[in-house]
Amino acid sequence: MPSDARKTVKKPGRSPLGLRLAAGAGLAFLHLPLAFILLYAFSNEDKSFQFPPPGLTLRWFAVAWDRPDIWEALALSIRVALLSTGLAILLGTLAAAALSRARFFGREAISLLFILPIALPGIVTGIALRSAFNLMTMPFSFWTIVLGHATFCIVVVYNNAVARFRRLSPSLIEASMDLGADGFQTFRHVLLPSIGTSLLAGGLLAFALSFDEVIVTTFTAGQQRTLPIWMLGELIRPHQRPVTNVVAVAVIAVTALPILAAYYLTREGEHVAGAGK
Amino acid sequence: MDPSPAAASAVRFRGVSRAFGAVKAVDGVDLDVAAGEFFAMLGPSGSGKTTCLRLIAGFDQPTAGHIEIFGEAVEGAPAYRRPVNTVFQDYALFPHMSVLDNVCYGLMIRGVGKAERRKTGAEALKLVKLVGMEGRKPGELSGGQRQRVALARALVMRPKVLLLDEPLGALDLKLREAMQGELKSLQHALGVTFVFVTHDQGEALSMADRVAVFNHGRIEQVGTPKDIYERPRTRFVADFVGGSNVIEPALVRRWTGLDRPASLRPEKIVLLADGAAAPEGALGIEGRVDEVLFHGAVYRVELTASEAGRLVVSVPASTGEPPSEGAPVRAAFARDALHLMEAE
Amino acid sequence: MTAFAPSPSESALRRLSDLLIARPGLLLMLLLTPPLLWLGVVYLGALFALLAQSFFSIDEFSGTIVYQPTLATYAELLAPANLDIIVRTLVVALVVTALAALVAFPIAYYAARYARGKVKALFYVAVMMPLWSSYLVKVYAWKLLLAKEGAVTWLVHAAGLTRLLDLWLAAPLIGGPSLSVSYTGMVLTFLYLWTPFMILPLQASLERVPATLIEASDDLGAAPGQTFRHVILPLAAPGLIAGSIFTFSLTLGDYIVPQIVGPSSLILGQAVYAQQGNAGNVPLAAAFCVAPIAIMVVFLALARRTGALDAL
Repeated sequence: MPSDARKTVKKPGRSPLGLRLAAGAGLAFLHLPLAFILLYAFSNEDKSFQFPPPGLTLRWFAVAWDRPDIWEALALSIRVALLSTGLAILLGTLAAAALSRARFFGREAISLLFILPIALPGIVTGIALRSAFNLMTMPFSFWTIVLGHATFCIVVVYNNAVARFRRLSPSLIEASMDLGADGFQTFRHVLLPSIGTSLLAGGLLAFALSFDEVIVTTFTAGQQRTLPIWMLGELIRPHQRPVTNVVAVAVIAVTALPILAAYYLTREGEHVAGAGK
Repeated sequence: MDPSPAAASAVRFRGVSRAFGAVKAVDGVDLDVAAGEFFAMLGPSGSGKTTCLRLIAGFDQPTAGHIEIFGEAVEGAPAYRRPVNTVFQDYALFPHMSVLDNVCYGLMIRGVGKAERRKTGAEALKLVKLVGMEGRKPGELSGGQRQRVALARALVMRPKVLLLDEPLGALDLKLREAMQGELKSLQHALGVTFVFVTHDQGEALSMADRVAVFNHGRIEQVGTPKDIYERPRTRFVADFVGGSNVIEPALVRRWTGLDRPASLRPEKIVLLADGAAAPEGALGIEGRVDEVLFHGAVYRVELTASEAGRLVVSVPASTGEPPSEGAPVRAAFARDALHLMEAE
Repeated sequence: MTAFAPSPSESALRRLSDLLIARPGLLLMLLLTPPLLWLGVVYLGALFALLAQSFFSIDEFSGTIVYQPTLATYAELLAPANLDIIVRTLVVALVVTALAALVAFPIAYYAARYARGKVKALFYVAVMMPLWSSYLVKVYAWKLLLAKEGAVTWLVHAAGLTRLLDLWLAAPLIGGPSLSVSYTGMVLTFLYLWTPFMILPLQASLERVPATLIEASDDLGAAPGQTFRHVILPLAAPGLIAGSIFTFSLTLGDYIVPQIVGPSSLILGQAVYAQQGNAGNVPLAAAFCVAPIAIMVVFLALARRTGALDAL
């Protein structure tokens, strides 16, 4: 019987060589450029982008460490990302809770509204916010940056949360109420633990997104400099290229951590939920 | 149908309807479940039985009518205020809590101290034979074990009425049969009113004290299993519950003078070879065998009878070989095997 | 009231819970109001304020905005120079999207159909990392790579293909003085940036193609190419569309990449940026924005029809 079955299945899990080569080349294309950045951070050559670097040094890490402008930009970026993430978690979760199950008139339009900030080009969001601030004669501040960032971070949290809400069996909530828990107790003891990891994952991704954002930020920051704005300045009018290289490596390291953490958080959830499928 | 009006029913429905838009899932249901009774709500999917259960539990509210639990009106009361608990079809165990925490959940919400609720929870787990599983997560249990946890979690609340929504539906046949007996004896020992929803007529008949048969949002008949099985009131009950033959009013009139359909149980018919005379006082129909299926203890013989249409006959295997397919036969049955149903 | 009514000693929260459960519409409204207010007021409000400005014009002499409804700005948008920008951007976006689909497909297909367990997790991380890594760092990497003395030139030289590169750079349109100031360099950078956004939805939709379906097609005598065209491609379409929404939208809205890598002629994002910034012509910038918005609205409508929105 098993041998018969194998005969009818023509390609049992063996991938064609061409496909493997194409996939491998594609992945190499996605990763090699980042490796070059790493290499350049240690280059002892500071005028051009000469390849291969004539020699390697750790000197630029020390130089970057002593630059107060970098620390200020980093601090602003982190403050903006934290607040935007917090707002996005709150608003995105509320939206997901409302839209994951309920069926009502206008539901589709509303869910489209939530993905609009990432579906429309960032420059449109940026310039729209800027002209709105101008119309209302709102001066640029920490808050104008947060306003923009939270807007596109909501969708990241929303997407994560809505997927988890949909996998949640509605009878869990009924069971909790059946056992005497009111709506708020059910939220605290059943709902929150069930969606917690997906909220955390969405929050981490939102943090990474905000920490890195530059397109919208240039329109809403005024004279303030977040770390990406600082880098953009260095890219267009370089002052000290090796320092930029070092900051680039640091940024890769800082964003990689929340992304990996978010991956592990959602992966565990998938496994538990997948068992029931 | 009418219990004694003096005693308060465990559950009472009066003219209860639940409409979803134009569709009436439950349509003017009157129902009385006596205290301490094992009551089954039987019907095909979409017949309104599960909606009725949800109306009792408080997950849903009726659009018309009146519901009482032990004499108290429950209109508008949410699920967490009702003295009833539910065993869900998918068990609905909280996946992030251990077995013991699942069982103690309701007590924790009620504000029972930790030591006491652990003790009560452990007792409940003993009752459903799950000692030693306290620390496991629901994901690590088998289907049967999950079902027991769900049962313990509901029973630990000492509900006045326990609601069970197809609780055996997800179990395999052998386990299902074992659980039927266990549920029955558990109910007997605890004396709690059980309201049980199922689409499996065998399950309803073997476990329940009384059965309500649902169809299209209405109750077709309420009665003891024996009643329902032997004396169906409607064509639907005869067919759905017992797989009974329904004899059309035209033919019944010829035999009895009454213009009503009648049910005729397959095992109450004997097959005679063509030409053989029917016993004294028996009624007989000529027919031809369409199909013979072996069911172990019996053969199930399907005939086309000239006057009655399709007729199913159950022939004990011990009586020898059944007639062969295509053979002309004569089906005979005693006059009182014919059970008259309501005029349509 | 009944015996199951709340007692006076109960917490206010429990009574509030009663109210919300009795009126699910109220609960829904309470949940939706904060996010809707935010997106409706902050985002849509800003968007409409912007679009409204496209119906104003700018006074040529004073440089101030004339708040009188006019279509003059749209007439200006249709001037040959501006139309050029739109068409050029659309071509770049189309090329980037097509190339991204080509690079993404083998990765997505392998990950969806053949990768299992650890390899699959590795693939996922290998796509997630470049997707979420810093945008600017990635742009910067390509500036380094494509620079005249950079790694690409060095590699091409090491492989003895310098003549080929020179020929390519000598070609009209796609060439230029060096890779870093050519359309080739710009498209490569965009491709690098947006390919992960194509892989993820594509892989998600390919995961939903049951392997038995491909086997059934093979079993019915289809050549691999036929199976691909008639079975895999139609089923992967929602993922391709969802991915294209990203690659298109991101290319249309970018003004940083063409500033750092690429030729001197503007593409849409730069034009918008320049109009609202240095030129101070917000109405024209707003009118420019209408083009990507219109394109994305068409895309989203298409995506909704094919169910690709769930793949986003």
